[in-house]
Amino acid sequence: MRVRETGLRGMISLRGDLSDTVLRTCATDLTGVAFPQAGQAMVGADKGLVWMSPDEILILAPYSDAQQTVDMIQERLKGIHFLATNVSDARSVIAVEGPFVREVLAKLAPVDLHPHAFAPGSFYRSRLGQVAAAFWMRDDENIEVMTFRSTAAYAFGLLAKAAEGGAVGHLVSDDAGDARG
Amino acid sequence: MLMLHCPNCGRDVDETDLHAGGEAHLRREGAEASAEAFEDYLFMRKNPKGVHFERWHHTFGCGKWFHAARDTATLEVFGTYSAQTSEPPKEIIDRIAEKRPNWSWESDT
Ligand SMILES: [Zn+2]
Repeated sequence: MRVRETGLRGMISLRGDLSDTVLRTCATDLTGVAFPQAGQAMVGADKGLVWMSPDEILILAPYSDAQQTVDMIQERLKGIHFLATNVSDARSVIAVEGPFVREVLAKLAPVDLHPHAFAPGSFYRSRLGQVAAAFWMRDDENIEVMTFRSTAAYAFGLLAKAAEGGAVGHLVSDDAGDARG
Repeated sequence: MLMLHCPNCGRDVDETDLHAGGEAHLRREGAEASAEAFEDYLFMRKNPKGVHFERWHHTFGCGKWFHAARDTATLEVFGTYSAQTSEPPKEIIDRIAEKRPNWSWESDT
């Protein structure tokens, strides 16, 4: 298992009416990914869209492009009611990689991480121990965890300890048959 | 353990991801209200053993408020619903009435 900081990442909070076609098209044009539904994160190599709440999506972009992305949104969405803020320095992203990523997260968050409930593309906002955290699955062995920068060291320590402790063995992969039966 | 369905983000959420916001459907008293009515609005809260309507905030999740109807003694949850209403939707009231024949919304308010 490996736990690592992924370094600076551009993040733009976009608030508004998420059913508005102009807003949706703007977000998908800027990132090249599909618009996420509730509870989804559409994350590509270095850009993505994350569904934060009924009126907020988070746009992921390279750190150096963040301010430019905000400027483009201001231009594209002129005339509709929205709020776009560069929040890149508010949060950090930690990657958890390896064969039992689900169990590492399951030790720390009150969330169902069985493959039936949490799969690549899924997104949860919850907590790790004492602090708020959000996470999404890139693939079966890679979960990215986002926390506030001020609590990132705590979250990193938790994740590293949980990974060190090994698998619990409660989650059995689907190709071994449905273990919940 | 208590789990509530957040109608804003569609998740079944553990109590520890939520913040309890106290009694629901309070009517705000303004400056023209009597001292008694204002005191009642500010301080006096129901504390039933049984059916209760509450406000909950999905603090660690989507950050939105919602309402919940539940039984404080058994932790049975009758349902959750939008925060943007001054009284429970009919289907929630009907569900409670079916399960608690001695209860009615009218006598509760
Ligand atoms: Zn929610």
